Amino acid sequence: MLTVALFAPLLGALVLVATSRWSSAQARWIATGWSGVSLLALVMAWLAFDPSGALFQHVDEVQWVPSLGMAYRVGVDGIALAVATMSAVLFLAAIVYPFDTQGRARQYYAWLLFLHGVSLGVFLALDLLMFYVCFDLTLVGMYFLIGRWGHGEPQLAAFKFFLYTFAGSLALLLGIIALYLSLDSPTFDMRTIIEQQPLAGSGTYASLVFLAMMLGLAIKTPLVPVHTWLPQAHVDAPGPASAILAGVLLKMGTYGMIRLPLAMLGETFARFALPVALLALLAILYGALVALGQANLKRRIAYTSINHMGYTVLGIAVAASLAGGHDEARRLALTGATVEMVAHGLITGSLFLISGSLWQRTGDYAMARYGGLARRAPQLTALTVLAAFASLGMPGLAGFVAEFQVFTGTFAVYPWLAVLGVLGIVITAALFLDLLWRLFFGRLPEHLENFPDLNRAEIGVLGVLALGIVAIGVAPHFLLEVVEASASLLSGGR
Amino acid sequence: MPVADLTPELALLIGAVVIVLGAAFMPHSRQGWLAGAALVALTIALVAVIVQWPAAPSLTFTGVWILDAPASLAKLIILGSGALAVAMSPDWMRSDPRHGEYYALCLFALLGAMVMAAAGDSMELLLGVLLSSAASYPLVAYHRGFAPALEAGMKYFLIGALANALLCVGVVMLFGLVGDTDYRVLSAFLAQSDRLALSVAMGCVILGLAFKLAAFPAHAWMPDVAQAAPAPIAALLSVAPKVGAALALARLVALLPVEQGLTWLLALVSATTMTLGNLAALRQNDVRRLLGWSSVSQSGYALMAVAMIGRATDAATALLVFLAAYALANLTAFAVVVQLRGRTDLDDYRGLVRSQPLAASLLIVAMLSLVGIPPLVGFFGKFLLFEVTLAADHAWLAVVAVLNTLASLYYYLRVAAVMTFSRPAGGVSVLGHYSRFSMLAGGLGLVASSLFIEFLMRSAGEAMLAFPP
Repeated sequence: MLTVALFAPLLGALVLVATSRWSSAQARWIATGWSGVSLLALVMAWLAFDPSGALFQHVDEVQWVPSLGMAYRVGVDGIALAVATMSAVLFLAAIVYPFDTQGRARQYYAWLLFLHGVSLGVFLALDLLMFYVCFDLTLVGMYFLIGRWGHGEPQLAAFKFFLYTFAGSLALLLGIIALYLSLDSPTFDMRTIIEQQPLAGSGTYASLVFLAMMLGLAIKTPLVPVHTWLPQAHVDAPGPASAILAGVLLKMGTYGMIRLPLAMLGETFARFALPVALLALLAILYGALVALGQANLKRRIAYTSINHMGYTVLGIAVAASLAGGHDEARRLALTGATVEMVAHGLITGSLFLISGSLWQRTGDYAMARYGGLARRAPQLTALTVLAAFASLGMPGLAGFVAEFQVFTGTFAVYPWLAVLGVLGIVITAALFLDLLWRLFFGRLPEHLENFPDLNRAEIGVLGVLALGIVAIGVAPHFLLEVVEASASLLSGGR
Repeated sequence: MPVADLTPELALLIGAVVIVLGAAFMPHSRQGWLAGAALVALTIALVAVIVQWPAAPSLTFTGVWILDAPASLAKLIILGSGALAVAMSPDWMRSDPRHGEYYALCLFALLGAMVMAAAGDSMELLLGVLLSSAASYPLVAYHRGFAPALEAGMKYFLIGALANALLCVGVVMLFGLVGDTDYRVLSAFLAQSDRLALSVAMGCVILGLAFKLAAFPAHAWMPDVAQAAPAPIAALLSVAPKVGAALALARLVALLPVEQGLTWLLALVSATTMTLGNLAALRQNDVRRLLGWSSVSQSGYALMAVAMIGRATDAATALLVFLAAYALANLTAFAVVVQLRGRTDLDDYRGLVRSQPLAASLLIVAMLSLVGIPPLVGFFGKFLLFEVTLAADHAWLAVVAVLNTLASLYYYLRVAAVMTFSRPAGGVSVLGHYSRFSMLAGGLGLVASSLFIEFLMRSAGEAMLAFPP
C-alpha cells in the first residue's frame, strides 16, 4: 500500500511529461486522479494500522544496492503515518486549487506530482539513504516550481532556497555516513540502527554526528538562526507551492529529528536536549515577534511558521530529555509535536492557499492595500478567520490540541521554558487578530470594489482543510491513538 | 608470449593502422566512413575486455602488464567514452575535408589511456602517458584554421612537454633508487630507499600524472581545450586520459607504505584542485569553459579516493565508481554541446528547455549528476568518496569536498536556470543524427547506471592487484 502511495504520483508525473496532448484542465484532472490514488492508499494503510502492534508496519523491502546495505525499504509508525497522510491531503489540495499555470499546465502538475511522490518517500522511508535521496529530490522539485511559476524575484529566491537547504542536507549526509560507518556490519536499515543504537556511550564522535545531523535538519525546519532562506522563498513562491513548502517540506526537518537523532542517537540527544529546547524557545519568540512586524501578508505567515515549528522542536527536545520519572510528560510532548506538525500543515497550508487566491485577484501582498473585505467576500473571511484562530491556538481547533500537549509536557520537564514559551502564543494571537483586522475590516479601498469572493473549487478545498482542522480540534482521538502508540514506544520504551 | 591477453589493445592498434592507411587512399568525400571503422575496432576491444574479465588479479608479459578487475573496468570506461566521442565526430567534422586520420589519433589516445590503466611497470606507464599525449596534441588543434584551437593546442603541448619531461625524470630516479622498473621490485625496496630522493621522484611522477588528470598544478590546459578543441575531442580528453591516469596514480600510491606522507600531499593537491576548479567556474559565462573548469574540480574529487588508497579498504572501489559516474555525466554534457553545434555562450542557452527540450533536459540531468544529486549515479560516486575519507579519518577533506559541492551547485544551476526560466532567443540549429544518437546513448547510460548501480559497484568492488602479488 505504501509503495502504491509513493509511486502513483511519480507515475502520474511521468504520464504528464510523456504526452503532450492534454489540455490544461485535463492535466489538472489527471494530476488530481493520481494524487487521489496516493491519498486513498495512505488512508487504507491508516485503517489497517494496528496501534498496539509493532513499531513499524506495512513494511515493503526490495534490494537496491546490497553491497552498501541500501535497499528500497518503506514502512510506517504512527508518527510517519500521520505526517504522510497530512502531506497527501495537502498535495491533493494544492493540485485541485485553481492556479494560473501561465500556459505550462503539464509541467506544473508534473512537478507537483513529482514533489508529492518524493515527499512521501521521505516520510515512508525505512532506509537511511533512501530518506536522504528523497530529502534531496524535494529540493529539485521545489526549485523548479518556485523558479518557473513564482513572482517577484523567483529565480533568486529559488536559488537561495536550493543552495541554503542543500548545504544543510550535505551536513546531514556526512552525519548519516558517520553513523553508518560506526555500525559493526554497515547497513542503512533504520530498524537495525534504532535497535542497535550504535553510538550510545561514545562521547565526542557521537556529538559530532549528532551536531551534523541537527544542523541539516535545523536548516530545513528552520530553526533560528538558520531560517533566513524561508521568508524570501515563501514570498516569491506561487501560492500552492508555498502551502507545500510550509505544510510538507518544513515537516521533513522536524520529522527527521524524530526519526534520526531522537530514535537513533537517543542518548546523545538527551545531552543536548536543553540547548535544543532553548533554540526552540528562541524560534518561538523570535518568529512571533518578527511576524508581528511584517507588513507583507505572506512574510507574516512565513514567520509564524518559524514560530510554530519552534513548538514542534520544543516538544521533540522535551521528549529527548532523559529527566527521570517524566516518561508520561515526554510521551505527551512527542505526541504534541506530531499533532503540531499535522495541524500546522493543514492550517498554514490553508493560509498560504488563501494568500495565493488574494495574489491571483490583486497581485499584491501588502496588507496596507487591503481592508473591509468582510462585506465583499464573506466566505473568504469566514475561512480565513477559522484558519487564523486555529493557528493562534483557539480551543476546539487543531492548533490548541497540539500546543496544549507540547506545553504540558514541557512544564513537567522544563517549567520555566514553558512559561516563557506561552508568551509566544500571546504574540501570535495579537498578530493574527491584527492581520484579520487589516484584511477584512475597516474601510474598503476603491480598487477592491469588484473583488470576487472565493469560487466553488477554492471553497471546496479550503472547506475540506477546515473540516480537518475542526475534526482534530474536537475529536482528536483518531489521530492521537495512532500517534501515541509510536510516541510511547519511542520515548518511554527506550 | 600470451598475446591473447592484449586482444583489446591490439584491436585498437590494428584499427588505427587500418584507418591511417585508409585515410591515405580514400577520397575526401568518404573519409567519414572511417568513423565506422574506428567504432568497429572499439566494439571488438570492448567485447574482448568483457570476455577476458579476470577472475583473479594477475600479471602478464613478464610482469609489466596488470590484468585485474579495476583495470578492466577502467578500460571499459575508456573504450565506452571513446566510442561515444567517435560517434559524435562524423557530424562535427563534416566541414573538414580531410579528417580520416582524426579517428586514428583518437584510437591512439585511447590506447595510451588503456596502457596507463594497466601498467605494472614504470616504463610501461611512461609509454602510456607519452602515447596518449602525443596523439592528443594534434587532435586539440585539428581545426587548423581556427586560432583559439591552435592556441589551446599550443598551451596543451607546452604544459604537456614540461610535465612529461618531469615524469621521465621521476621514472628514471625511481629506477636509479632500486635498479628496476618493475612495480614488484619497486614495492619491495622503495621503503628502504633514501627518503629525499624518493620524495623528489614521486613528486615528479605525480606532477606528470597530474597533467593527464588536469589536476593542480598542471591543470591550466583543461578550460582552453574544453573551449576551443573540437567538442568531441574535449569530451574525450576530459574523460579517457583521466581514468587511466587516476588508476595509474592509485597503483603507485599503493606501492608505498602508508607512513610515507603521500596521503597528505595528495589530499592537499585534491583539495586545491577542486577548490580552484570550482572558484574559476563560478564566474564563467562560457558553457564549454565552465565544463572545462568543472572537469578540473571533478579531478580533485577523484584524487580524494586516490589519496586514501591503503588507508581505507574501499578506496579503489570509490575511485572507479566515481570515475564511471563522472565519465557518463561529462560525456553526456559535452554530447549536448556537440548536438547544439558547439554553442558556447551562456546567453545562447536561453530558454532551451522550450526549443530543445530533450537536449536541455539531458544537460540538466548530467549537471545534477555532476553535483551528486541522488539518485543519479554521480551521487553514489560522491557518497563513496565521502565514506572513504571519513573511514580514513580525513573528515576535513570530506568537509572541503562538501563546501566545494555547494559552490559547484551555483554554476551548474546558473546554466539550468538560464535554460529553464528565460525566454528563447531565436531559432536553434542542431547538428545531425549521429550526434543526437550519441547524446541519447549518454543520457541512457546515465539513467541506466543510476538504476543498476549495484552492478557497477560489484564490478568495481573486486580486488585491485596488490604488490607483491
